[in-house]
Amino acid sequence: MSVLRSRVLRTQGLSVRVEVRAVLVVLLLVAVALAVSVVLVGTGDYPLSPAEVVRTLTGGGTAAQEFVVNELRLPRVLVALLVGAALALSGAVFQSVSRNPLGSPDVLGLGQGSTVGALLVIVLLKGDPAAVAAGALAGGLLTGAAIYLLAWQKGVHGHRFVLVGIATSAILVSVIGYLLTKADLTDAARATLWMVGSLNGRDWSQVWPLLCVCAVLVPVLLGQARGLRMLEMGEDAAHALGVRVGRTRLTALTCAVLLAAGATAAAGPIAFVALSAPQIARRLTRSPGPCLVAAACTGATLLVTADWAAQRLFGADRLPVGVLTGMLGGCYLLWLLYAERKGGRV
Amino acid sequence: MPRRNVRRVVGLFVSAGLLLLVVAASFAVGAKQVPLDQVWHGLFHYSGKETDVVVRDVRVPRTLLGLLAGAALGLAGTVMQALTRNPLADPGLFGISAGAAAAVVSGISFLGVTSLDGYVWFAFAGAAVVSAVVYVLGGGRGASPVRLALAGTAVTAALNGYVFAVELTDSAALDRMRFWTVGSLASANATVVGQVAPFVGAGVVLALALARPLNAMALGDDQARALGTRPTPTRVLGLAAVTLLCGAATAACGPVVFVGLMVPHAVRSFTGPDLRWVLPYAAVLAPVLLLGTDILGRAVARPSELQVGVVTALVGGPVFIHLVRRRRMARL
Repeated sequence: MSVLRSRVLRTQGLSVRVEVRAVLVVLLLVAVALAVSVVLVGTGDYPLSPAEVVRTLTGGGTAAQEFVVNELRLPRVLVALLVGAALALSGAVFQSVSRNPLGSPDVLGLGQGSTVGALLVIVLLKGDPAAVAAGALAGGLLTGAAIYLLAWQKGVHGHRFVLVGIATSAILVSVIGYLLTKADLTDAARATLWMVGSLNGRDWSQVWPLLCVCAVLVPVLLGQARGLRMLEMGEDAAHALGVRVGRTRLTALTCAVLLAAGATAAAGPIAFVALSAPQIARRLTRSPGPCLVAAACTGATLLVTADWAAQRLFGADRLPVGVLTGMLGGCYLLWLLYAERKGGRV
Repeated sequence: MPRRNVRRVVGLFVSAGLLLLVVAASFAVGAKQVPLDQVWHGLFHYSGKETDVVVRDVRVPRTLLGLLAGAALGLAGTVMQALTRNPLADPGLFGISAGAAAAVVSGISFLGVTSLDGYVWFAFAGAAVVSAVVYVLGGGRGASPVRLALAGTAVTAALNGYVFAVELTDSAALDRMRFWTVGSLASANATVVGQVAPFVGAGVVLALALARPLNAMALGDDQARALGTRPTPTRVLGLAAVTLLCGAATAACGPVVFVGLMVPHAVRSFTGPDLRWVLPYAAVLAPVLLLGTDILGRAVARPSELQVGVVTALVGGPVFIHLVRRRRMARL
């Protein structure tokens, strides 16, 4: 498989190392994500064949097809792709900084923080979906800041980060439980639906803000990729190699929290994409450090596939995608624990 | 008797006195305040007037359940911390409540169980199964704090997915579950107290009897063997005690986190690590904490109330974070 080794491209003044395997994996993932997206656009009460979907997207469909595709299903698929990518990126950064495959935003309580924010809006203010999204965003950001400050003690120690996160999430879970008992049954059902994470009924008003957030943050984050990779070797080594440790870590974590909170505001706390996507990407690319682009593509692919599977398995819009990712992700986490134990790493 | 032990015995009596005070307060405080002389009247000269009914039918079962569940959680936490040699062990964090929740929601939705007396058995079974699963997945005897906590988180997540799925398809189940999940003593009645009392009793006896072997186990398996303790039976009996105690407490009042975590830490700071003292102290002081937080929850939100599970999490979470931030913990 010598073709897949990394190559160095040199011109006169510039040389770039290209990891061929990673590039191939990313291209493949993009292709799969697009293919599944097309199938997902065609899935529903008004089924369309992939050919019809492509024709409609390029502007050659009937009026009915145009409406179904452009107004109803395309936004949902775009939200799925963006949310998947954002969650995966955020997970990759958190896992890299905590140097622990289990240090993902959903284990650390960011999702629960967003949920508390959203539930406050649903239960106490009876707000509309936009207000709920704003509440979720605020909750996620505050929780992220709180965990960072509480775990900070002359540097962020990996295990402490995880344990502080678990404690925070336990506190937040009890607040969620209390808010649920205060709600009337309709609000409680609405809150539960939100808590699971769902892509049902997403429209363009969710796509645009999310797209803006990603357009700003993803380039910033990719700019930190080199520094993050060095940081995995330890703070001292990274420092010696010329990485500004504190600044890199703070920038990356801030972006990660913003991405996670934005994604959660759009689709609810969809469980475990953030945990599993970076790990899967790392195994696919066999890259030694975090491969952010591959992680983002994996996340997007995972979420559209999960959404399609949830619709096929449970019937259209019966159970939201979060139920599926939660159950699968819990099992994946258990397997990860088992495998890590055999490898003696945790 | 050495002077240190005199101090410990006196301390135990002081703790018991504290428990009596809290019990008296628990009879008196609530949506309807009952003065202490009325409490006395209701307890010993029952004549059927309003305050008598409040005391005897509402406050007494609630306080008894608080005593039982508190002692159970405190002892279970202590035994778990000794067994796993893990200062962060807590029944609530290790997925046990999620196991109980999954079993209860199944019972409600599929078998049509509607009363708290019915939930108890489901919760018990779920808690028992999950505590064993988490212990094994967490690495059994070689479990590190982080591994155990993560195994608990993983099991919780997988089971929560299931609970959500059931709740979303069955709104009647959601309506019942949301009140159970939060952890409360409010729905206590004599039947439930009677149901869980034998389990808690057996668990308490077992836990107290294990003090000496568990002390030896603290030195490591080899040393324990050299001191005449057999590690495997001790471990099995310890797990049985934890399951009995946690299962009963969770079954009766829903998931309550952090009580089992905080009490042993507080107790050890003045008894030292000897479990022959830590266990009795935990059995007396954990109910003080549970009833104390319950009274606090009743007092701050009157005439409504804050469930005890919420108050313990709000109080206990910061304690947990403080423990994690201590220098010694950072090196675990």
